[in-house]
Amino acid sequence: MNKVTERLYNGLIKENPTFVLMLGMCPTLAVTTSAINGLGMGLTTAVVLTLSNVIISLLRNIIPDKVRIPAFIVIIASFVTMMQMLLQAYLPFLYDALGIYIPLIVVNCIILGRAESYASKNPVLPSMFDGIGMGLGFSFALTCIGAVRELLGAGDLFGFHVLPTVDNPWLINGAEVAFYTPASIFVLAPGAFFVLACLTALQNRIKRNGEKKSRDMSKIQSGCSHDCLSCGESGCEHRFYDEKGADAPVGKVQGKEER
Amino acid sequence: MSDLRNVSSNPHIRSKMTTSNIMLLVVIALLPTTCFGIYNFGMDALLLVLITVASTVLTEYIYEKLMHKKITIDDFSAVVTGLLLALNLPSSAPWWIGVIGGVFAILVVKMLFGGLGQNFMNPALGARCFLLISFTSIMTNFNCDVYSGATPLAALKSGESVNVMDMIIGRTAGTIGETSMIAIVFGACILILTGVIDLRIPGSYLVSFVVFIVLFGGRGFDTAYISAQLAGGGLMLGAFFMATDYVTRPITKNGQYLFGIFLGIMTGIFRLFGPAAEGVSYAIILGNLLVPLMEKITLPKAFGKGGERA
Repeated sequence: MNKVTERLYNGLIKENPTFVLMLGMCPTLAVTTSAINGLGMGLTTAVVLTLSNVIISLLRNIIPDKVRIPAFIVIIASFVTMMQMLLQAYLPFLYDALGIYIPLIVVNCIILGRAESYASKNPVLPSMFDGIGMGLGFSFALTCIGAVRELLGAGDLFGFHVLPTVDNPWLINGAEVAFYTPASIFVLAPGAFFVLACLTALQNRIKRNGEKKSRDMSKIQSGCSHDCLSCGESGCEHRFYDEKGADAPVGKVQGKEER
Repeated sequence: MSDLRNVSSNPHIRSKMTTSNIMLLVVIALLPTTCFGIYNFGMDALLLVLITVASTVLTEYIYEKLMHKKITIDDFSAVVTGLLLALNLPSSAPWWIGVIGGVFAILVVKMLFGGLGQNFMNPALGARCFLLISFTSIMTNFNCDVYSGATPLAALKSGESVNVMDMIIGRTAGTIGETSMIAIVFGACILILTGVIDLRIPGSYLVSFVVFIVLFGGRGFDTAYISAQLAGGGLMLGAFFMATDYVTRPITKNGQYLFGIFLGIMTGIFRLFGPAAEGVSYAIILGNLLVPLMEKITLPKAFGKGGERA
């Protein structure tokens, strides 16, 4: 696999920010009341993530190490402001639906996490595709969650009436058919947790099946900084305290050895 | 169930009370109110009870079969869950409400957390609240062939007068199993006399609820109002059959009193100040979530620890 497809695969499946890394839970749970909202949030984040990854990667040798977090935040915040204004101008319905969660993209830990663990240490092109992969993975996850919640909670999909509810029955031979009763809990907050948990379990199953078919999932470099203590990646098999189960001596290995 | 890995050393107390015996006693104790519900609401209620119980038992069986675990449906705990859930449904609910509720109760609330003994929340009540939030209009539609109009509690909340005698006998609108105070108390007596439950939780629950109603109900010590509040809604069913659930109540004695008082206060708050007329199920599952904390602060001191040093 070359660098580009590897990055895309990493972001979409192996280290999917939502289902594997469990990053960015706030927008994930809050705005995925419909598939459109999830897709809009995901794509907005993807654009910010890609652009900020590119700029941070370009500036990675200029930004002093001690002030890198404020510098990253400034770069990310500029792109978020731009996206917010663009959305307000061209997609006002989405702007209204997402509300406060657009400015909050600044503090989305996926973006800062990728900047810190990948873009600030790697060349521009891989960083860009890392951003695209992670962004698409986030969009994919949010769209899935939004679609399931919308389907179960309202009987709709992307705003179209899919299942026959009392409000929008199917007409079969002139007779009104409405066998589906929307379970409104899925549009409310608890539903977000239910759907996220079920989809995460499903994703884990797919990943495990892939490993069973001896597709080596560990060869993909994850932008590891060899510092397991400050690493937020949960999918990594090389974490030092996971090395020999939970009883392995803590702090001994620090992930420094050759992998 | 008989997870014997953590038993302490002997001597051990032997008891003939096994899980299935206890659960069977609970089922027997629930029969009076179930029968009254069926007599009161007709065949719809019977059908709903059967469907709900069948769905809980089947869910447990299928899950354990698929997961290659020991089949535990013969301990009757799934029957109790299904029966309690059905008694909490209005008789006008369609059949699939019972199925969804049964599957949710067993699969999500009980089995995913490790089965009987591991669930953090009463499965029947978890499912009831799931259904209540999901299908609010169905779950609060108490109109049926026999009764129409508001439940006594809703009438009470909107300031109308209610017939307390009807509420105690149970000839009112409501869910299948909650209406008859007499039948529930009769069943509860069976449980108390056989030692399955004691009065700590129900007693402190009901007393603190009455105190709360007297203090904040705005009617003072009005006997008719208090007895209507006690007999109305799911308070009796909740206090005797759901708050006392072995898995989700505190183990410590003081914790049980604390649990009961908490439930009484929460039920009072939900009923008097909440938008809905009823709040027993929310109060109990909220209490279930706080059980670990209640056990922690009421943990008895081990012999030789604490106290003054001589």
